[in-house]
Amino acid sequence: MKKIWILARMTFREAIRRRIVLTGLVLGVLFLIVYSAGFRMIYHEVTYEASLGETTALDMVAVRELTNFLLLAGLYAVAFLSVAMGALLSADTLAGEINSGTIQTIVTKPLRRSDVVLGKWLAFAWLLGLYLVLMAGGVVLSVYLQSGYLARNLPTGLALIYLESLLVMTFALACSSAMPALATGGTVFGMYGMAFIGGWIEQIGALLNNNTAVQVGIVTSLLFPTEAVWRRASFEMQSALSEILGSSPFVTVSVPNMVMMGYAVVYLVVMLAIAVRVFRNRDL
Amino acid sequence: MTAAAIETELLRKEFGKFAAVKGLTLQVAQGEVFGFLGPNGAGKTTFIKMLLGLVTPTSGRAALLGAPIGDRETLGRVGFLPEHFRFQDWLTAAEFLGYHGELLGMERQALRRRIDELLERVGLAPFRSRQLRTYSKGMLQRIGLAQALLNYPALVFLDEPTSGLDPVGRRLVRDIIRELRDEGTCVFLNSHLLSEIEVTCDRVAFIRHGEVVRLLELSSLNMDHPVLTIRASGLTAEIAAELERWGRDIHLEGRKLTITLNDEAAVPEITRCLVARGADIFEITPARMSLEEIFIETIGKDGGL
Repeated sequence: MKKIWILARMTFREAIRRRIVLTGLVLGVLFLIVYSAGFRMIYHEVTYEASLGETTALDMVAVRELTNFLLLAGLYAVAFLSVAMGALLSADTLAGEINSGTIQTIVTKPLRRSDVVLGKWLAFAWLLGLYLVLMAGGVVLSVYLQSGYLARNLPTGLALIYLESLLVMTFALACSSAMPALATGGTVFGMYGMAFIGGWIEQIGALLNNNTAVQVGIVTSLLFPTEAVWRRASFEMQSALSEILGSSPFVTVSVPNMVMMGYAVVYLVVMLAIAVRVFRNRDL
Repeated sequence: MTAAAIETELLRKEFGKFAAVKGLTLQVAQGEVFGFLGPNGAGKTTFIKMLLGLVTPTSGRAALLGAPIGDRETLGRVGFLPEHFRFQDWLTAAEFLGYHGELLGMERQALRRRIDELLERVGLAPFRSRQLRTYSKGMLQRIGLAQALLNYPALVFLDEPTSGLDPVGRRLVRDIIRELRDEGTCVFLNSHLLSEIEVTCDRVAFIRHGEVVRLLELSSLNMDHPVLTIRASGLTAEIAAELERWGRDIHLEGRKLTITLNDEAAVPEITRCLVARGADIFEITPARMSLEEIFIETIGKDGGL
């Protein structure tokens, strides 16, 4: 247990020393500035128009809907960035250290090989958590400060976005224990893209009442549950009204149920176990 | 009785259809400095990797310091300098050693003292706060060596420890190996530099195509037909013929004569004989057959390809 902690600390330190954290922070702040400015312009425009005539209850609803839409759009971007961050963090970690031979003086110390994998996982999970707190927190805070709007079920929604990024990071770690970094990157983004398209096929299928299309979406979610987790997150945070209307790209029509969320957690644990197992049995 | 430092029995590793190590049986005693020689691709590094648990053997048995390979506790008493290594180059030298010491489970105070001592020993004390990325190849080799010695190991594996080192660095490695021997540490040395092996090792194994083809006590090398080089004036063919009593392969070229002796003990007699025949001796040097010659003889000129 102590060795896992030492390895996690060193991985964390590496991320800081190699300016991965700094790059993430700078780009993150840049993103937040652009997002806040964009939100400000759009929000002012609509509230100004709404205030021209007599403000009706309908105007109020429209403004709230739009705010919710913009918030979810921001969080969608944050979720994607966290996914990319998760993939980049772990794609090269084991593969790279095996390739360079750095790993040889580590695993010949009195420790378990699983300690190495778990230590890295812990450090990356911690980094992703920090990143998400900064980015998602920034988006939510920016919207709240400018409009006073808070989405419902925020903690659940954000926790699910965190789960999504952890899924990708863990999957990449499992790939990285067996494959070179580039192959890992390709596989991860390929799976992510497949899940993304599958999710849309499911959504459109649900709108058209096409059951087969919905099944396709469910199968892709089973193969790679990221998109399903995102859709559940957006479902949790979307406004009650849009849930009824189902009319924007961030509104979820075919809602992945809690069984699917449970599956996602199991998927993550299994991926971590695979990473440990493959790395343990591998010739280095 | 203390267990052998290294003991293997028919240790074998196949990569697909290719057997990198074919049933290697070897015993290395504690405190011994052992040289592992062989051409490129003979399976030397794979053998070391199996002993350290980096590579799983296909078959066979092996033990380090009396414990079967893969035993975690034992690895705490073993040091390792890999051949092609790259270290965490974003760390400073002191941080790097600290990290590896922590992984070895060393106690903080003792670790700090040990790091100071080792940095001093390998000549890197002035550079302790510099990141390893700024180090030269030779400096990295030195810090790698320090890393292998952190835990006062009972057994150290050095895979090509002098590669990339200048003569001063090579001398340093040689001295450190001698110190280790004096402290009773077993050193398992894998090197191409036969001259290094020759001056540091007690015993060597020649490896070819994944098998031990010859084991040799280096101290016995002196007794085994040393070559005597004589530089003297007044050497004649008659004198050369007379020396045949003590050896063979006599070559006379002007003032220089070489002869392969049957026994080193003949040197004083030869000297007396030469003086009696009126030769003026400037140099008389018995040298054992160089390890390089033995290597070529054992492995073959094709380098075991």
